[in-house]
Amino acid sequence: MTQVVHDGYHARRRPRPDTRTVIGVVGEVLITLGVIVFLFLAYELWFTGLYTAHAQSSLKSQLRNEWARPAPTALPGESPGASSGASPGPSATAVPGLADAPLPGDAIGLIRIPRLGLGYAYAIVEGVSTDDLKKGPGHYPGTAMPGGIGNFVLSGHRTTYLAPFNGLGELRLGDAIVIETRDTWYTYRVTRTETVLPTAVGVILPVPDKPHLKPTKALITLTTCTPKYSASHRLVIEGELQSALPKSAGLPPALKGA
Amino acid sequence: MYAALWRAIPGNVFAKVGAMLLLLVSALALLFFVIFPVVEPHLPWNDVTVNTPPVESVPSLLESATPTPSPSG
Repeated sequence: MTQVVHDGYHARRRPRPDTRTVIGVVGEVLITLGVIVFLFLAYELWFTGLYTAHAQSSLKSQLRNEWARPAPTALPGESPGASSGASPGPSATAVPGLADAPLPGDAIGLIRIPRLGLGYAYAIVEGVSTDDLKKGPGHYPGTAMPGGIGNFVLSGHRTTYLAPFNGLGELRLGDAIVIETRDTWYTYRVTRTETVLPTAVGVILPVPDKPHLKPTKALITLTTCTPKYSASHRLVIEGELQSALPKSAGLPPALKGA
Repeated sequence: MYAALWRAIPGNVFAKVGAMLLLLVSALALLFFVIFPVVEPHLPWNDVTVNTPPVESVPSLLESATPTPSPSG
Protein backbone atom coordinates (compact mmCIF):
# COMPACT_ATOMS: atom_id res chain seq x y z
CA MET A 1 0.00 0.00 0.00
CA THR A 2 2.66 2.43 1.00
CA GLN A 3 4.49 1.57 -2.17
CA VAL A 4 1.48 2.59 -4.26
CA VAL A 5 1.11 5.91 -2.44
CA HIS A 6 4.80 6.57 -2.89
CA ASP A 7 4.51 5.88 -6.59
CA GLY A 8 1.55 8.21 -6.92
CA TYR A 9 3.43 10.97 -5.14
CA HIS A 10 6.34 10.49 -7.48
CA ALA A 11 4.11 10.44 -10.53
CA ARG A 12 2.76 13.89 -9.61
CA ARG A 13 6.17 15.29 -8.76
CA ARG A 14 8.01 13.82 -11.67
CA PRO A 15 8.37 16.52 -14.40
CA ARG A 16 6.77 15.82 -17.74
CA PRO A 17 9.49 17.22 -19.92
CA ASP A 18 7.53 17.66 -23.16
CA THR A 19 4.67 19.81 -21.93
CA ARG A 20 6.73 21.74 -19.42
CA THR A 21 9.46 22.51 -21.91
CA VAL A 22 6.96 23.70 -24.50
CA ILE A 23 5.14 25.94 -22.03
CA GLY A 24 8.42 27.26 -20.72
CA VAL A 25 9.75 28.11 -24.14
CA VAL A 26 6.49 29.75 -25.20
CA GLY A 27 6.52 31.83 -22.03
CA GLU A 28 10.10 32.90 -22.54
CA VAL A 29 9.43 33.82 -26.17
CA LEU A 30 6.42 35.94 -25.19
CA ILE A 31 8.34 37.71 -22.42
CA THR A 32 11.19 38.35 -24.86
CA LEU A 33 8.79 39.80 -27.45
CA GLY A 34 7.31 42.07 -24.79
CA VAL A 35 10.76 43.31 -23.85
CA ILE A 36 11.51 43.93 -27.55
CA VAL A 37 8.37 46.06 -27.88
CA PHE A 38 9.52 48.20 -24.96
CA LEU A 39 12.98 48.44 -26.49
CA PHE A 40 11.41 49.62 -29.76
CA LEU A 41 9.52 52.30 -27.83
CA ALA A 42 12.79 53.45 -26.28
CA TYR A 43 14.39 53.40 -29.72
CA GLU A 44 11.65 55.54 -31.25
CA LEU A 45 11.39 58.09 -28.46
CA TRP A 46 15.05 58.54 -27.49
CA PHE A 47 17.50 56.64 -29.62
CA THR A 48 16.31 58.29 -32.86
CA GLY A 49 16.99 61.65 -31.21
CA LEU A 50 20.68 60.82 -30.98
CA TYR A 51 20.83 60.53 -34.76
CA THR A 52 19.00 63.83 -35.23
CA ALA A 53 21.18 65.60 -32.67
CA HIS A 54 24.24 64.49 -34.57
CA ALA A 55 22.74 65.50 -37.94
CA GLN A 56 21.67 68.87 -36.52
CA SER A 57 25.12 69.69 -35.23
CA SER A 58 26.66 68.93 -38.62
CA LEU A 59 23.96 70.93 -40.46
CA LYS A 60 24.51 73.87 -38.09
CA SER A 61 28.25 73.79 -38.64
CA GLN A 62 27.57 73.61 -42.38
CA LEU A 63 25.52 76.80 -42.04
CA ARG A 64 28.17 78.49 -39.87
CA ASN A 65 30.86 77.70 -42.42
CA GLU A 66 28.70 78.84 -45.32
CA TRP A 67 27.71 82.08 -43.63
CA ALA A 68 31.30 82.79 -42.59
CA ARG A 69 32.39 82.76 -46.23
CA PRO A 70 31.66 85.80 -48.41
CA ALA A 71 28.33 85.56 -50.19
CA PRO A 72 28.63 83.48 -53.38
CA THR A 73 25.95 85.53 -55.11
CA ALA A 74 26.70 89.23 -54.99
CA LEU A 75 23.19 90.60 -55.35
CA PRO A 76 23.04 94.08 -56.88
CA GLY A 77 23.47 96.68 -54.20
CA GLU A 78 24.35 94.13 -51.54
CA SER A 79 28.11 94.27 -51.88
CA PRO A 80 29.07 96.72 -54.61
CA GLY A 81 32.77 96.52 -53.71
CA ALA A 82 32.99 92.85 -54.58
CA SER A 83 31.40 93.21 -58.00
CA SER A 84 33.71 96.04 -59.00
CA GLY A 85 36.78 94.19 -57.80
CA ALA A 86 36.15 90.85 -59.49
CA SER A 87 35.37 90.50 -63.15
CA PRO A 88 31.98 88.80 -63.65
CA GLY A 89 32.82 85.35 -64.99
CA PRO A 90 30.48 82.74 -66.45
CA SER A 91 30.00 81.24 -62.97
CA ALA A 92 28.45 84.50 -61.78
CA THR A 93 25.35 83.79 -63.85
CA ALA A 94 25.15 80.11 -62.91
CA VAL A 95 25.38 80.57 -59.15
CA PRO A 96 22.11 82.48 -58.58
CA GLY A 97 20.16 79.51 -59.95
CA LEU A 98 21.84 77.29 -57.39
CA ALA A 99 20.99 79.70 -54.62
CA ASP A 100 17.33 79.63 -55.66
CA ALA A 101 17.07 75.84 -55.46
CA PRO A 102 19.17 74.37 -52.67
CA LEU A 103 20.31 70.78 -53.01
CA PRO A 104 18.25 68.14 -51.17
CA GLY A 105 19.73 67.47 -47.76
CA ASP A 106 21.41 70.88 -47.51
CA ALA A 107 20.76 73.21 -44.61
CA ILE A 108 18.88 76.31 -45.73
CA GLY A 109 18.59 78.25 -42.47
CA LEU A 110 17.60 78.12 -38.83
CA ILE A 111 14.13 78.20 -37.35
CA ARG A 112 13.64 79.84 -33.96
CA ILE A 113 10.38 79.93 -32.01
CA PRO A 114 10.64 82.11 -28.89
CA ARG A 115 7.46 80.58 -27.40
CA LEU A 116 9.29 77.24 -27.20
CA GLY A 117 12.30 78.74 -25.46
CA LEU A 118 15.04 81.16 -26.43
CA GLY A 119 17.37 78.24 -27.05
CA TYR A 120 14.95 76.70 -29.57
CA ALA A 121 16.84 76.61 -32.86
CA TYR A 122 16.80 73.89 -35.49
CA ALA A 123 18.61 73.76 -38.79
CA ILE A 124 16.12 73.44 -41.66
CA VAL A 125 16.97 70.77 -44.19
CA GLU A 126 15.91 70.92 -47.85
CA GLY A 127 13.47 68.10 -48.64
CA VAL A 128 10.71 66.21 -46.83
CA SER A 129 11.65 62.61 -47.58
CA THR A 130 11.88 60.18 -44.69
CA ASP A 131 15.65 60.54 -44.66
CA ASP A 132 15.55 64.35 -44.79
CA LEU A 133 13.13 64.60 -41.89
CA LYS A 134 15.35 62.39 -39.75
CA LYS A 135 17.85 65.26 -39.80
CA GLY A 136 15.45 68.00 -38.76
CA PRO A 137 12.52 70.10 -39.96
CA GLY A 138 12.31 69.86 -43.75
CA HIS A 139 11.42 72.43 -46.40
CA TYR A 140 9.01 71.27 -49.11
CA PRO A 141 11.00 71.59 -52.33
CA GLY A 142 9.33 73.96 -54.75
CA THR A 143 7.59 76.05 -52.12
CA ALA A 144 8.77 79.60 -51.42
CA MET A 145 12.12 80.27 -49.78
CA PRO A 146 12.31 82.23 -46.49
CA GLY A 147 10.79 85.67 -46.90
CA GLY A 148 9.65 84.96 -50.45
CA ILE A 149 6.20 85.72 -51.80
CA GLY A 150 4.19 82.52 -51.57
CA ASN A 151 4.24 79.83 -48.90
CA PHE A 152 7.42 78.71 -47.11
CA VAL A 153 6.37 75.22 -45.98
CA LEU A 154 8.15 73.14 -43.33
CA SER A 155 7.39 69.71 -41.87
CA GLY A 156 8.90 68.17 -38.77
CA HIS A 157 8.61 65.25 -36.39
CA ARG A 158 6.37 65.64 -33.35
CA THR A 159 7.52 62.82 -31.05
CA THR A 160 10.52 61.07 -32.59
CA TYR A 161 13.88 62.15 -34.04
CA LEU A 162 14.43 64.81 -31.38
CA ALA A 163 10.81 65.93 -31.93
CA PRO A 164 11.57 69.42 -33.29
CA PHE A 165 7.88 70.23 -33.78
CA ASN A 166 6.72 68.69 -30.49
CA GLY A 167 5.65 72.06 -29.07
CA LEU A 168 3.70 73.38 -32.07
CA GLY A 169 0.47 72.78 -30.19
CA GLU A 170 1.51 75.49 -27.70
CA LEU A 171 1.71 78.22 -30.35
CA ARG A 172 -0.88 80.96 -30.12
CA LEU A 173 -2.03 83.56 -32.63
CA GLY A 174 0.56 86.30 -32.96
CA ASP A 175 3.49 84.17 -31.77
CA ALA A 176 6.74 84.76 -33.61
CA ILE A 177 8.45 82.23 -35.87
CA VAL A 178 11.87 83.53 -36.82
CA ILE A 179 13.82 82.17 -39.79
CA GLU A 180 17.50 83.00 -39.83
CA THR A 181 19.29 82.97 -43.18
CA ARG A 182 22.75 84.18 -44.18
CA ASP A 183 21.95 87.88 -43.98
CA THR A 184 18.42 88.23 -42.70
CA TRP A 185 16.06 87.59 -39.79
CA TYR A 186 12.60 86.85 -41.20
CA THR A 187 9.96 87.21 -38.49
CA TYR A 188 6.60 85.60 -39.17
CA ARG A 189 3.56 85.92 -36.90
CA VAL A 190 1.13 83.03 -36.45
CA THR A 191 -2.20 83.85 -38.10
CA ARG A 192 -3.95 80.48 -38.01
CA THR A 193 -3.65 77.10 -36.32
CA GLU A 194 -5.79 74.19 -37.39
CA THR A 195 -6.04 70.43 -37.48
CA VAL A 196 -6.61 68.86 -40.88
CA LEU A 197 -6.68 65.43 -42.45
CA PRO A 198 -3.43 64.13 -43.95
CA THR A 199 -5.03 64.56 -47.38
CA ALA A 200 -5.40 68.33 -47.04
CA VAL A 201 -2.65 69.16 -49.52
CA GLY A 202 -4.21 72.61 -50.02
CA VAL A 203 -2.38 73.95 -46.97
CA ILE A 204 0.97 73.94 -48.76
CA LEU A 205 -0.23 75.95 -51.79
CA PRO A 206 1.24 79.44 -52.36
CA VAL A 207 -2.16 80.77 -51.32
CA PRO A 208 -3.39 78.04 -48.94
CA ASP A 209 -6.51 76.21 -50.11
CA LYS A 210 -6.85 78.53 -53.16
CA PRO A 211 -5.15 76.72 -56.05
CA HIS A 212 -5.91 79.35 -58.66
CA LEU A 213 -4.93 82.52 -56.85
CA LYS A 214 -1.61 84.23 -57.40
CA PRO A 215 0.24 84.80 -54.11
CA THR A 216 0.74 88.36 -52.93
CA LYS A 217 1.84 87.68 -49.35
CA ALA A 218 4.87 85.95 -47.84
CA LEU A 219 3.50 83.13 -45.69
CA ILE A 220 4.96 80.33 -43.61
CA THR A 221 3.29 76.97 -42.95
CA LEU A 222 4.47 74.37 -40.44
CA THR A 223 2.98 70.88 -40.52
CA THR A 224 3.40 67.98 -38.13
CA CYS A 225 1.35 65.02 -37.00
CA THR A 226 -1.39 65.32 -34.42
CA PRO A 227 -2.46 64.14 -31.91
CA LYS A 228 0.93 63.25 -30.49
CA TYR A 229 2.01 59.64 -31.12
CA SER A 230 -0.63 59.36 -33.85
CA ALA A 231 -0.74 60.03 -37.55
CA SER A 232 -4.48 60.38 -37.99
CA HIS A 233 -4.39 64.17 -38.52
CA ARG A 234 -1.99 66.98 -39.25
CA LEU A 235 -1.43 70.08 -37.16
CA VAL A 236 -1.00 73.11 -39.40
CA ILE A 237 0.45 76.43 -38.22
CA GLU A 238 0.19 79.30 -40.65
CA GLY A 239 1.94 82.65 -40.33
CA GLU A 240 2.53 85.82 -42.25
CA LEU A 241 5.78 87.69 -42.71
CA GLN A 242 5.95 90.64 -40.36
CA SER A 243 9.49 91.88 -40.87
CA ALA A 244 12.73 91.09 -42.65
CA LEU A 245 15.64 92.69 -40.81
CA PRO A 246 19.33 92.53 -41.77
CA LYS A 247 21.40 90.52 -39.32
CA SER A 248 23.93 93.34 -39.22
CA ALA A 249 21.32 95.36 -37.29
CA GLY A 250 21.34 92.88 -34.39
CA LEU A 251 18.67 90.59 -33.02
CA PRO A 252 15.08 91.07 -34.20
CA PRO A 253 12.58 92.29 -31.58
CA ALA A 254 10.95 88.85 -31.34
CA LEU A 255 14.20 87.31 -30.06
CA LYS A 256 15.12 90.21 -27.78
CA GLY A 257 12.10 89.80 -25.50
CA ALA A 258 12.28 87.87 -22.22
CA MET B 1 15.12 28.34 -23.84
CA TYR B 2 17.51 30.49 -21.82
CA ALA B 3 18.25 27.58 -19.50
CA ALA B 4 19.20 25.46 -22.49
CA LEU B 5 21.40 28.29 -23.75
CA TRP B 6 23.07 28.47 -20.32
CA ARG B 7 23.77 24.75 -20.40
CA ALA B 8 25.04 24.89 -23.97
CA ILE B 9 27.71 27.46 -23.18
CA PRO B 10 30.90 25.71 -22.09
CA GLY B 11 33.15 26.80 -19.25
CA ASN B 12 32.68 27.89 -15.65
CA VAL B 13 30.11 30.34 -14.32
CA PHE B 14 32.16 33.42 -15.21
CA ALA B 15 32.68 32.27 -18.77
CA LYS B 16 28.95 31.57 -19.06
CA VAL B 17 28.02 35.00 -17.68
CA GLY B 18 30.49 36.68 -20.02
CA ALA B 19 29.17 34.81 -23.05
CA MET B 20 25.57 35.61 -22.10
CA LEU B 21 26.39 39.34 -21.77
CA LEU B 22 28.13 39.26 -25.13
CA LEU B 23 25.09 37.62 -26.71
CA LEU B 24 22.78 40.16 -25.07
CA VAL B 25 24.82 43.10 -26.35
CA SER B 26 24.94 41.68 -29.88
CA ALA B 27 21.18 41.07 -29.81
CA LEU B 28 20.59 44.69 -28.71
CA ALA B 29 22.93 45.98 -31.40
CA LEU B 30 21.13 43.91 -34.02
CA LEU B 31 17.77 45.32 -32.86
CA PHE B 32 18.82 48.98 -32.60
CA PHE B 33 20.99 49.23 -35.69
CA VAL B 34 19.38 46.78 -38.12
CA ILE B 35 15.90 45.58 -37.24
CA PHE B 36 14.31 48.72 -35.74
CA PRO B 37 15.48 51.04 -38.56
CA VAL B 38 14.04 48.58 -41.11
CA VAL B 39 10.71 48.22 -39.31
CA GLU B 40 10.23 51.89 -38.50
CA PRO B 41 9.26 53.33 -41.92
CA HIS B 42 6.39 50.84 -42.15
CA LEU B 43 4.76 52.26 -39.04
CA PRO B 44 2.49 55.25 -39.42
CA TRP B 45 3.29 57.64 -36.57
CA ASN B 46 6.20 59.36 -38.30
CA ASP B 47 4.08 60.72 -41.16
CA VAL B 48 4.16 64.48 -40.75
CA THR B 49 3.70 65.72 -44.30
CA VAL B 50 0.50 66.28 -46.27
CA ASN B 51 1.84 65.49 -49.73
CA THR B 52 1.28 61.72 -49.62
CA PRO B 53 -2.46 61.21 -49.33
CA PRO B 54 -3.51 57.59 -48.91
CA VAL B 55 -5.88 57.05 -51.82
CA GLU B 56 -8.49 55.12 -49.87
CA SER B 57 -9.12 58.02 -47.51
CA VAL B 58 -9.94 60.52 -50.26
CA PRO B 59 -13.55 59.36 -50.81
CA SER B 60 -14.21 59.59 -47.08
CA LEU B 61 -12.86 63.13 -47.14
CA LEU B 62 -15.21 64.07 -49.96
CA GLU B 63 -18.06 62.31 -48.22
CA SER B 64 -17.56 64.24 -45.01
CA ALA B 65 -17.45 67.51 -46.95
CA THR B 66 -20.78 66.83 -48.66
CA PRO B 67 -23.83 67.18 -46.41
CA THR B 68 -25.67 63.89 -46.24
CA PRO B 69 -29.36 64.18 -47.11
CA SER B 70 -31.58 63.72 -44.10
CA PRO B 71 -34.03 60.79 -44.36
CA SER B 72 -37.02 62.95 -43.49
CA GLY B 73 -36.34 65.00 -46.59
